Amino acid sequence: MKRYVCQVCGYVYDPAQGDPDNGIAAGTPFEKLPDSWECPVCGASKADFAPEA
Amino acid sequence: MEPLQIAPGIYSVGVRDWTIRDFHGYSTDLGTTYNAFLIVDEQVALIDSVKAEFADELLAHIARVIDPRRIDLVVSNHTELDHAGGLARVMHRIGEEKPLYCSKMGAKNLARHFPRKWNYRAVGTGEELRLGRRTLRFLETRMIHWPDSMFTYVVEDGILFSSDGFGQHYAGPETFDDETGERILPHAKKYFANILLPYTGLIEKLLQQVEALRLDIRMICPDHGVLWRKDPGRILEAYRTWCRQEPGRRAVIVYDTMWHSTEKMAAAIHEGIAAEGVSCRPMHLRAFHRSEIVTEIFDARAVVVGSPTLNNGLFPTVADFLCYLKGLKPQNKIGAAFGSYGWSGEAVRLIEEELERMKIPRIQEGLRVPFVPEGETLEACRAFGRAIGRAVVESTAVPA
Repeated sequence: MKRYVCQVCGYVYDPAQGDPDNGIAAGTPFEKLPDSWECPVCGASKADFAPEA
Repeated sequence: MEPLQIAPGIYSVGVRDWTIRDFHGYSTDLGTTYNAFLIVDEQVALIDSVKAEFADELLAHIARVIDPRRIDLVVSNHTELDHAGGLARVMHRIGEEKPLYCSKMGAKNLARHFPRKWNYRAVGTGEELRLGRRTLRFLETRMIHWPDSMFTYVVEDGILFSSDGFGQHYAGPETFDDETGERILPHAKKYFANILLPYTGLIEKLLQQVEALRLDIRMICPDHGVLWRKDPGRILEAYRTWCRQEPGRRAVIVYDTMWHSTEKMAAAIHEGIAAEGVSCRPMHLRAFHRSEIVTEIFDARAVVVGSPTLNNGLFPTVADFLCYLKGLKPQNKIGAAFGSYGWSGEAVRLIEEELERMKIPRIQEGLRVPFVPEGETLEACRAFGRAIGRAVVESTAVPA
């Protein structure tokens, strides 16, 4: 599963870890994140993420 | 001087740091200020704090207005230690149980700076807090320039406490923009270029958001430098312009040199650029501070970087500069590299690789000269400069 990088602050969304603090279970691919999900560090939207190079 | 009443019942109680000259790698030739504000209403509020070592001075300023223990609540717009460092001392003095309003990220980040479990009250955009006659309205400004950043607006007085936004590293006898006049703007621009540049996209959105809210902004009070009282629209307009990062018909040559050879190249390249009618400043990395150089680059179209090759690599000051510039993500630049070398000459290629990482397109192949430039090689430098000059002219508007 691909990791995605926040283009605003540099946070990396790792599907293997998910974002448990915000109710996203480990193993959730980036594409399956709800549209309301925000970068847990800076609050950027999903659209501000790009696949890790 | 502080405390100074800036509106009925609202006081500037922060401090002036006259002597700081290096603010985490940013040159502060005239020092800076850490602004904090006291609102005396039915509830007494302190907006922001100062660097830890100035906390007693802050408390002394407050004490001239009111007993600090009468402060009912603190608003922390930004966690960075030049604004939050004094909180430990302040909270101890006013009462550790008093509520501390900040953004959600602020509560998270403050807890990582201060072990004491304070009474955090996380607030989001649009939330309001009634002080009595006055109302505080909060506006989150994430990543402008930290995740925790927010603004606090006093609805009845039309005062926007804007944290680091619209600030300037400037300590002077003045408190307001009408006292400094236009000469404060270069300080605001340097601050923008060195602190806020990576976030221009977010700042543009924020400015639109503020416009849509139709706030009646009568004064903007940043946490550094003078307060925008006479014409807050002036700095808002300047930010709108700066966010576009439209380059002028200018070039900057940034270089260092070991035995004056790269310097001679810089001089000849400068001649070539200037011959095309492009305004250009050569900046030796040990004569100009990196933050001055970035301010110059902010207005320029071309960034021309020169380095001698030292032990198969970049000269250290050039590496420092490139690292700093890359983090600021400048837009709308074009670039070129040059340098003198003895036997291996890797520096020019290394500069080009860094420029490529910054997505700064190359005007032409880098120019390398073995040992000392003279005659033909100096002529090649002038031609190199002319090509840069032409590229700048072709891609920028005629200067007004």
